[in-house]
Amino acid sequence: MTNDQGQINMEHAHQERKWQDYFGFSTDHKVIGIQYLVTAFFFYLVGGALAEIMRTELSTPDPDLVQPEFYNQLMTMHGSIMLFLWIIPAGAAFANYLIPLMIGAEDMAFPRLNAVAFWMIPPGGIFFLSSFFVGTAQAGWTSYPPLSLVSGKWGEEIWILSVLLLGTSSMLGAMNFVTTIFKMRIPDMDIHSMPLFCWAMLATSALILLGTPVLAAALILLSFDLIAGTAFFNPAGGGDPIVYQHMFWFYSHPAVYIMVLPFFGVISEVLPVHARKPIFGYRAIAYSSLAISFLGLIVWAHHMFTSGTPGWLRMFFMATTMIIAVPTGIKVFSWCATLWGGKLNLNSALLFAIGFLSSFLIGGLSGVMVASVPFDIHVHDTYFIVAHFHYVLFGGAVFGLFAGVYHWFPKMSGRMINETWGRIHFILTFVGFNLTFLPMHPLGLQGMNRRVALYDPKFQAVNELITIGSYLLAVSTFPFMINIIWSVWKGQKASRNPWRALTLEWQTASPPIVENFEEEPVLWAGPYDYGIDTESLDGEETVDDMLAEVAGSK
Amino acid sequence: MQSSAVNNSQVVIDSHQAPEHHGHPDYRMFGVILFLIADSMTFIGFFAAFLIYRAIMPVWPPEGTPELELLIPIINTAVLVTSSFVMHKGQVALKNNDIKGLQLWFGITAAMGLAFLMGQGYEYFHAEFGLKTNLFASCFYVVTGFHGLHVTVGVLLILSVLWRSRTEGHYSSSSHFGVEAAEIYWHFVDVIWLVLFVLVYLL
Repeated sequence: MTNDQGQINMEHAHQERKWQDYFGFSTDHKVIGIQYLVTAFFFYLVGGALAEIMRTELSTPDPDLVQPEFYNQLMTMHGSIMLFLWIIPAGAAFANYLIPLMIGAEDMAFPRLNAVAFWMIPPGGIFFLSSFFVGTAQAGWTSYPPLSLVSGKWGEEIWILSVLLLGTSSMLGAMNFVTTIFKMRIPDMDIHSMPLFCWAMLATSALILLGTPVLAAALILLSFDLIAGTAFFNPAGGGDPIVYQHMFWFYSHPAVYIMVLPFFGVISEVLPVHARKPIFGYRAIAYSSLAISFLGLIVWAHHMFTSGTPGWLRMFFMATTMIIAVPTGIKVFSWCATLWGGKLNLNSALLFAIGFLSSFLIGGLSGVMVASVPFDIHVHDTYFIVAHFHYVLFGGAVFGLFAGVYHWFPKMSGRMINETWGRIHFILTFVGFNLTFLPMHPLGLQGMNRRVALYDPKFQAVNELITIGSYLLAVSTFPFMINIIWSVWKGQKASRNPWRALTLEWQTASPPIVENFEEEPVLWAGPYDYGIDTESLDGEETVDDMLAEVAGSK
Repeated sequence: MQSSAVNNSQVVIDSHQAPEHHGHPDYRMFGVILFLIADSMTFIGFFAAFLIYRAIMPVWPPEGTPELELLIPIINTAVLVTSSFVMHKGQVALKNNDIKGLQLWFGITAAMGLAFLMGQGYEYFHAEFGLKTNLFASCFYVVTGFHGLHVTVGVLLILSVLWRSRTEGHYSSSSHFGVEAAEIYWHFVDVIWLVLFVLVYLL
């Protein structure tokens, strides 16, 4: 028996990572994580290119660069790609890469299912884009009927099938995350000594499992209306489009949290490490993720204040929506308190994390504004809304995503990133982002409608400014890509633990060996015990001593 | 001490039989339950849509909808509910290492599932309304059809358990994930049917 075990271990020791693994059906969670991340970044560039065409079009009030129909297609595909193929897969990328490493496991609970989930994304994305050949959907990422029933049948149907495929992928991923987090932690790690990223992924996965199937139900009914000629959502045949809106937003509001919660988790990891301080309010942050997740399921109709929603229902959804500001505020205050008085190392990861805090704060506050019914009725479907959700999804999710990329790049690639280029990337992104989306607030308040290629000429000056900002954002991706490619190629070799971090992923080699850890890792400190316990009383090693030791070893 | 050594060797043997799981304990049942929670949300979505239509339409079912025939659905309900118990007997038989018993009871369950599907098919062919007749008819076909799809999948799962049980030692009293997964799925489909029956036929 012992011999058998020994042989198995020997076989493991001989496994080596081959570059071909990244292009095949690998079941290694680290390979799958990278596959997710690279695929997501590819679609980020595609979705970004679509946005740049839109912004170029909007630099003049008349639809002169592209046809209005094509503008609608661009807008639909920009939204759908950025949500379903960029942010959600990017969150799954971090979850796949980090969860098993953080909890000391060898792999995910269901490695093959994990690979299947990833390999639904590239076909889904290609299918999505292929709809340009038959006339892409024009009804926006929300696909509200009856508009979606009258604007191009096959483009819309391709949109539906792609979303169903991508939704299935994210559900399979969520099953894996929950099982892994609950069942595969090393025995020493109880649920309250688990890194906060895992808490965030638990909350995210719960929303995916409860929300996505309802979207699937809505899209199946929409397909029947589109293809079979039923009238679930078609008022002409006795149906009711409002029912679609309810079903759609029951998923799609939680989807906002599905997109941002993983990056809340990333921020909770990045801040304490680079501020050299324990996280402020571990349990408060952990439980507020669950609270956001629960409340996120009962706020959906705040997207429908102008859809003839009865008054009492509006009041209910206004109240629940505003209550979400409480757990979110708890997080923001805890993060600020973590930074407060810390020994800040303003590297690219922390810069993006602070950029996240400031932009997400604006997005969160404008969220409370639009939660209020009287205000929302005025700004509904204006650029104020566009500004709001870009501050949440770009200023929140994407900044968090970049913070995570810079933070874990040494672990993922085994090499250090170039900090100068990282800081240039941050400055360009932060300036470009605010230049693009901040002026949209006043534009929306003055009544500029979203989702239309044509607008009142009096808005032209501000729109030109926004377009310049969006070009700056486009430019900002170049230092990032150059930096990543150059650092993977030529970057300085990273040690095991360059940031002197305490979570378990830093206890193994950079990049981690195929089976993650040489032996089962040991928890010798809480995940965020930085800067405390500097003097040891009983002659044992302090946390700082041990960190220095691990940081030294290759 | 002796007993713990036996347990250890048991664990090692299990890990050899399931190499794809790298020897860690079996979490597949947990995964199946998560899947069923998600799947139930799809049905809840359909049921919610159905209930909203019911609540907001001035006349429900819309005028001119013929009364639903109840005889076959009631028989179908009885068949499906009974089949859950029949199937459980198969699992109990397996726990006593009685493979023949498993095959017998699962065979009967599969037959009952097929009988249910035939009843459903009969109902479709003899219904006095089509998919597009009105909103109620569309709901009826989509909801029962989606459930029927699940019954079909359940029957296929049972048949694949039967197919695999021909290999000696594939299922035993200690290793029978496939049997349990098929069973819990079947119970799930059964419970969904009860809700569906009340909503669509009785209300």
